[in-house]
Formats: sequence, structure tokens, C-alpha cells
Amino acid sequence: MQRSSIVFWTGALLFLAVVFAMTQLLRNEYPFFAGYVILQFVVLSVAWTILGGYAGYVNFGTNAFFGVGVYTAVLLVQAYKAPLGVQIAAAAVVGSLLGLGVGLLTLRMRGIFFSIATIALAIVIETTVTNWRFVGGAAGIQLQRPPVTAPFDSYVKMLFFVQALLVVLAVAITRFIQNSRIGRGLHALRDDELAAECTGVPTLRLKLLACVISGALISAGGAPAAMYVQYANPDSAFNLNYSVSVLAMSLIGGTSHWIGPILGAVLLGTTQQFLTVTISSEINVLVLGVMLVVFVVAAPKGIIGLFGKSFRSGGRA
Amino acid sequence: MNRRRVIGWAVAGIALGLMSVASAEEPPIKIGMSMPQTGGLAGGGKASLLGIEIWRDDINAKGGLLGRKVELVVYDDKSSASETPALYAKLLDVDKVDLLFAPYATVPTAPIMPLVKQRGMLLMGNFSFQVNSKVHHDMWFNNAPWGPADSWATGFLTLGQKAGGKTVAILSADQEFAQNIATTARDVAKKLNLQVVFDQAYPPSTAEFSSIIRAVNAAKPDIVFVASYPPDSAGILRAVNEIGVGDNVKILGGAMVGLQFGAVMENMGSLLNGVVNFNTWLPEPSMYFDGTKAFFEKYSKRAVQAKVDPLGYYLAPYGYAMGQMIEEAVNATKSLDQKTLAKYLRENTHKTIVGPITFAEDGEWKESATLEAQFRGVKDKNMDQFRSAGKQVILFPDRLKTGDLITPFEDARNK
Amino acid sequence: MFSIDLLRDAVVLGVLLGCFYAAVSIGLSISFGLLDVPHVAHPAFLVLASYGVYLLNDSYDIDPLLAGLLLTPLFFLLGLVTYRLYHETFEKRGSDAAVRGIAFFFGVAFIIEVLIILQFGVDQRSVTASYIGKAWRFGDLRIPIRQLVAFAVAIGLTVLLAAYLSKTFMGRAIRAVAQDEEGLRLMGANPVRIKQVAFGIATAVLGIAGALLIIVAPVEPTLDRVYIGRTFCVVVMAGLGSISGTLIASIILGVAESIVLTMFGASWAPAISFALLLGVLAVRPQGLLGR
Repeated sequence: MQRSSIVFWTGALLFLAVVFAMTQLLRNEYPFFAGYVILQFVVLSVAWTILGGYAGYVNFGTNAFFGVGVYTAVLLVQAYKAPLGVQIAAAAVVGSLLGLGVGLLTLRMRGIFFSIATIALAIVIETTVTNWRFVGGAAGIQLQRPPVTAPFDSYVKMLFFVQALLVVLAVAITRFIQNSRIGRGLHALRDDELAAECTGVPTLRLKLLACVISGALISAGGAPAAMYVQYANPDSAFNLNYSVSVLAMSLIGGTSHWIGPILGAVLLGTTQQFLTVTISSEINVLVLGVMLVVFVVAAPKGIIGLFGKSFRSGGRA
Repeated sequence: MNRRRVIGWAVAGIALGLMSVASAEEPPIKIGMSMPQTGGLAGGGKASLLGIEIWRDDINAKGGLLGRKVELVVYDDKSSASETPALYAKLLDVDKVDLLFAPYATVPTAPIMPLVKQRGMLLMGNFSFQVNSKVHHDMWFNNAPWGPADSWATGFLTLGQKAGGKTVAILSADQEFAQNIATTARDVAKKLNLQVVFDQAYPPSTAEFSSIIRAVNAAKPDIVFVASYPPDSAGILRAVNEIGVGDNVKILGGAMVGLQFGAVMENMGSLLNGVVNFNTWLPEPSMYFDGTKAFFEKYSKRAVQAKVDPLGYYLAPYGYAMGQMIEEAVNATKSLDQKTLAKYLRENTHKTIVGPITFAEDGEWKESATLEAQFRGVKDKNMDQFRSAGKQVILFPDRLKTGDLITPFEDARNK
Repeated sequence: MFSIDLLRDAVVLGVLLGCFYAAVSIGLSISFGLLDVPHVAHPAFLVLASYGVYLLNDSYDIDPLLAGLLLTPLFFLLGLVTYRLYHETFEKRGSDAAVRGIAFFFGVAFIIEVLIILQFGVDQRSVTASYIGKAWRFGDLRIPIRQLVAFAVAIGLTVLLAAYLSKTFMGRAIRAVAQDEEGLRLMGANPVRIKQVAFGIATAVLGIAGALLIIVAPVEPTLDRVYIGRTFCVVVMAGLGSISGTLIASIILGVAESIVLTMFGASWAPAISFALLLGVLAVRPQGLLGR
């Protein structure tokens, strides 16, 4: 194993250990409720970056993948009372299939056309779910949590830990992609798709692969939300805010390195959680707007762009 | 250190200690809630919150509850279901509030029901619809006058049937609340032997309703039941006015949300005439109880400044009533214990500015007081006309009735 | 419940609805279609214009269409400033201007939303005019006059803009800059200036489109979010930058939506129109009348 990998996995294990210790030591549940949301956005942003950052295909349909994750979980709970692990795994499978579908459908589309197609797809899927009575349809559906399993004493703490596992999984996969031939291929594809193809990069296969992995991770990250909220309705599950927030987090953090979306999600996610319980009004939305404008204008490469060359694209870590 | 100094410090210390004891004796009673202040439900949420704030100021002017000041802890839930779990966890675990109010509307309320039940907290509901039907929390009390789930459609469809209607068209928004109402409408129609000749859900982003009203028209219904949301209600009424729904329609309306708000009513003006729609409070003689008038005097003054609905009939008095019920329960039991309060609320009838309230097993009102009222003689561009009686005549329920239905719809429109 | 009368009415109302969609999208067809600016804040500007119209109508009783016309110079200036800002911060620096541009304009859209809420509150607003709430009868067919207004204005705008872009010197320059910026630069013209004027025109058109938006239905501060999908779909389906294509694509969407609303399950309407878009994009990625 390389030194950077040792550092990475030590960090990941340390992170999980801290998270686990928190669930065992803290009695106050609020940090887990708020922390869950932030971790969820870390997963979404990191997963989004595979396609949006490395490959340069801006996915506006994050809400479609997220909602599909939520409703896969709802469906499994409704039909089979499936446990959380199965819900997440199934959501990942469905998300990857959706990703494959998006990839195939948009094979010939570039740039903004791809983004518009993902918006359209999100609306089509949302409408389908809205008309699907078994999962509650437009009326929404209330869900009952099963009893929590040891060693956790509350379901939210368990969800928090599960989401932390997903963070590690998503980051590990993204990091692997970035450091492998896939990452370099995607990078070439992003800079100049035609040139990449001419030099023998299998652009089509790479693009499909990026769609599949990114889609699977976003849906998996969304699946626990069904049990977190214990209620699902299409309006909330397919909310455009997921697309905008994830785009904002990734760009604010920087998309050329996996650490970027983590930083962005933690910074923006924490800010949002903080503002909701302090200012708590439309000023909240204003802050998001101003942060977006200021960051994309003042820090074109995101936060990681401000910290020297070590995190620039292609650099190993 | 000389002796005098030591004594000085000691005195200061004791004084400080006494002061902190004094203030520890009287910490405020904290009531926590989230409220939609941005997003689709913000219009209602802000008006509701103002009603609650007026109650807080009134009670504090009277010396508070159990001699303690009342303090509200309010967060914005952005009208979204995914925000409320974290907010109520914060209210419970960090702010350690003494009592909980629910946010306005069903979507933000539904996710917190299991949490509140698990923590054994009393929850005062705020205009949500049937959120407790699955959770069965025995300390839930809804301030909204809906009563039993089907009472809503029953009122409207019974009026239609009495007017000679045999067929029904159901037009509903494809969104949570409207769909629940539409479901009950189908059941009630079956019970009353009314034939459903049109039953469609329109998508929430619909910009133009001409086409769909044309389709309603083609089905030739006698009764048109509409369950819609604020921006759409106005669009539907406009299209009804332009396209027409046919001469055989006896009664139109039912569950159109939005036509309760001052700004919307002012904008719609004479287009409202003839429409029969639900409401919760109206300035009709039968609706004044102890303190109602004083409340609206305060409300209209503060609404301008707060940029919320200037009339505030729909939600604000019920926000105030929610506070009144808590006030009554706390004063009667001299306690803040959740179970004691819940027991009191369940077993007694409560006097409020919206009338006496008695709760059924499920925490909804025992008897529905959802009004069906007909708009009459409404002129264009005039907000103040709605403050006087006779503009919205109450047809249902019978005990609050102030007039009879004018039918058919085409005739009623010109009155 | 099929009847030929119903189908006829659905088509007629659909064409009118489509024209309304064309009117609110046509500015985007220039700013995004011709100039490649990912103007996600286009619908936010549109709603802003509607509130401007509301203000003029409510306080001075000015006819909404006239009010929209009065707003156009202001919006022209707004367009000039916006483009300048966008150009200086993104286009000049090159590389991934489009991606960051999207984020930038989302930020702008949020800021506009909040400013509207702070000024007007969250209640919906609408305007009054003699032609709102009335209908014309043709036999048993009834058409809302406000829809006819939208129809006339959309056709007028399309003809005017199409003529401007093909007949005038500036119009041709705008088309040229979309196709070959370098070429234009070599000829001694300043592409940035030309693009700035084009963006100004695209934004100015929103004054009138905003008037139509509030004439057709009441507006609320966050209405722009619904129109992001709708306007971009129209422009992309049309083929970027094609003015007549915008009208055609809008009418196709309007008619499809109207027929689904009238004849089939109304709740499927959004799925049908956007599935239509996906279909067009999958077969013809350059849009119906793409360059």
C-alpha cells in the first residue's frame, strides 16, 4: 500500500471511530439529526463530483437520483418491511440502473444539453411517483421505524453511523477513480472529448461508468432519508433544492479533487443548519445566494483552489 | 488581602448568589415550534405565527403562566418535511422547551409525529390533516376545526345534493392535502349515492386551467368539488369565469385553499361571487365569541407591519386559540406535566376565541366546525368589504348557519 | 369521453398556451441559445418583471401590457450590467465558465427571490385589466381574452425579433457572434459589445413577458423555479438560438399539455411534455431547428 493510502484509510477509520464513539457517549440527539443531514450532503456532493467534476457533465437531476433512493426504500418497506441495509443496497442498484439509463439516453448530448435532459428526467420520474398510489402518491406516506438494533440506543444515531459509513464508501470510491486510469480518462474527456476519443480513450464506456457509479452513490445516500424523515412525499423527495445545494457545495469546495466536495458540503451544510436555528427566515436563502455568487466569482477553483497546488487536478493524495 | 476586602467580596458573592437564585426561580416557560416562513406554506405560516405571538403578548401582559413569562422558540422549516425532524430534536434536546406546538400544515408535521410520541410530549397540532391516524399519539390535539376526516366533503356534497345535484365532478391538485380531501370526497359521494362523472388530479405546476375546465364542462356535472392550492385556486376560478362550467352546475367550490387569504380575495374580487368554499372563521354574527373582536383589532394593526395577510381569518385566530387551550390547561392543573395537561385537554371543553373546543379520541375536534360559505355581492379591488358580514354567508354546519344556498351557480354569480 | 369538440378546444387552447410559453422563453433563446450564457436566473428576472408590472398596475392603474413596455428600458440596462458582470468574471477567465455560470445565476435567482419576498411578502399578486376574466365566444368555443393577448404578443415578439436578427446590421452581427466570434473580431468588430447588446435585448423582452406572466396567472416570489425547467426545455427543444423554432417547440409543448389535461389523465401532463423533450433530444440532440 502506498503511503497516501495508509494515511487515507487511517483517517477514515479514525473518522468512523469518532462517529461511533459519539453515538455511544452523547445523549443529546440533536447533533445526530443535524449531523446526519451534513453527512448526507457529503455523500451526495462527492458522488456528484465523479460526473460533474471529473467528467464535466453537470447533472441537474441530483433530485431524481435522491428521490429514487428514497422511494426505493419506501417501496421495500411497504412491500416487504425490508431492513435498512437492504433498502440502501437496493437503492444503489436502482440508482445505478437509472444512471445507466441516463448515460445511454444522453450518449450524444454534451454540456448544457445533458443538464437539461437530467432536469427533464427528474420531472418525468417525479410525476410517475406522484401517480403511484402504492408508495403514497401525491398524498405522501408515513413510515414506521422498526426497533433499533444494538449497539445503538436510538434510530437516528444508527442512521448517523450508517450515513458515515456511506461517506467513507463514497469517498473511497471517488478517490480510487481519481487516482486510477478511469480518473485520467474522465479528465481527458472533460478537457476535450473529441481529442480524448482520438487518442484511444474509451470515452463512451467511461462516461457510462461515471453515470452508473455517481447515480448508485447518490441513490444510496438518499435511501436512509425515508427512515430519517419517516415520511415521504414527492415534493420533498424530488425537491430541486437537492440539485442546487449539491451543485453549490461541489463548486464551493472545488471539483478537481475529492476533498473539495467534502469541504463544500461541510461548510455549506453546517452554515445552513446553523442559520436555520439562528436567523431562521428568508435571510437564510439570501445567504445561500450570496455565498454562491461570492464563491464562484472570487474562488473559481473552489476552496481547494485557494490552497496551493497540492490539490489541483491530477495530483495524488 | 485585608479583612475589609474579604468581607466586600463575600457580600458581593452572596448578592450575586441571591440574584441568580431569584432568576432561577423564574425562568420563562418555553414553547417550541417550527413554522413555514419561506417556501410554499409561508403565507399561512406567518399569519398563524402572528396569532400565536399575539397570545404570547396577551398572556405575558397578564403576568404569564404559573407566574412565569411565556417565551416562544420558533424556527423556519422552509415548508419542507425534511427540515422538521432536526428542528424538533433541537427544540427538545438543546432548547429544552417545556411545551411543543406543531408547524402549520400537514407536510412539515407528519415527520415529527413519531419523535414526539416517542418522547412522550404533548403536541398541539396546527391545521394538519389526519397526521395522527397512523401514529395514534394520545397526546396530540389539533387546533383545526376539521373534526372527522370526511366532514369536509360531507358538508359540501350534502349542500349540493339538497340543491338537486345527482352527479359530481372532482378536480384536485396532485398534492398531499388535496389528494387526501379528494379521497374522502369519493367516499362521501358513494355514501350519498352521487355519481362521480369526472375525477382528475391536475399537476401542481399547471400554468393555465382553461383546458381542464373545458373537460369538466364536457362531463356536465351538477356538483363541482374542487380541492386546490393557493396559486391554482385563482387560476381555476378565472378559467371557470371565462370558459364556464355549464348551466346545470348547482354548486362549485368545496376545498379551495387560498380563497381565505385577503390578498387573493382582493385580487379575485367579483370572480368569487357564487363560489361555495370552506373556511374556518368569518366575520358573521354566529362566529363571535369571548375575545374574538379584541383579537382581530390587535391582529389587523400588527399584520400591516409584519407583511402578512391583513384579514387573517383562516389561521391566526386558531393560533391564538391553541395558546388559550394551553393557558386554560396549565392554569387549571397548575402543572407543566405533559400527561396531566393532555388528560385535562382530552376531558374538558375549552373556551376559545373560535368557540368551544372538545376533542375526540384521536385528538381531532369531536364535532366538525369546518364552514362552507358562499361568496356574495363581492366587488372588485376592495379588501375592507370582507371585514363586514354578509360577504361570505355560512351555509354549513347548521348550528353556525347565517343563510341559505343560492343556486344554480350561474345565478349565484350574478348576485 | 372522447369527442371531436373537446379535441378541437384542447388544440386551440393548447396553441394559445404554447404561445404564452414562447413569450416567456424567447429571451432565453437569445441569451442562452445564441450567446451560450447559462442564464438560470432568466425566470427569476421574469418574475421580477411581473412584480414591477404589479407595482405599476396597483399604484398607478397602468395597463399591465403598457407597464411591461415601460419596464423594457430598465430591463435592457439590467441586461447590460448582468452580461458585463458575467463576462468579466467568467467568460474572460475561460475554462469551465458554463458550470460556474450556472451556480452564479442560481445565486442571483435566490437573491432576487428574497428581495421580492422582503419587499412584497410571500402572498401571491395579480393585476387587473379590462381583458382579464373575460372570454370571446366562437359558437360554443370560448377563449379567454388574456390568452389571446398572450398569443398576439408572442407572435408579435417572434416576428419582430426574427426580423431584427435577420434584417438589421446589429441583428446580423449578433447572429455572427454566435457562430464565429473570432471571425467577427478579425473584422474589427467588438464581440463583447455585440453580445452585451444582445443580452440587453433578451432581458428587455422580459419586461413584456413578465407582464404576460402576471396577466395569465397570479405570481408569487418562488414561481421562477417552475419556469426553469419549462423555459430551458423550450429553448433546447427548439434548437439553440432559433427564434421560430422557439415558437414551434412552445406550441408543440402547449398542445401536448392541453390535450393531456383535457383528454387523458391530467396528472400526467408534466411527464408527457418532458418525455417529449427527452425523445426529441435523444433523436435530434441539436433540437428541432438546431444550427
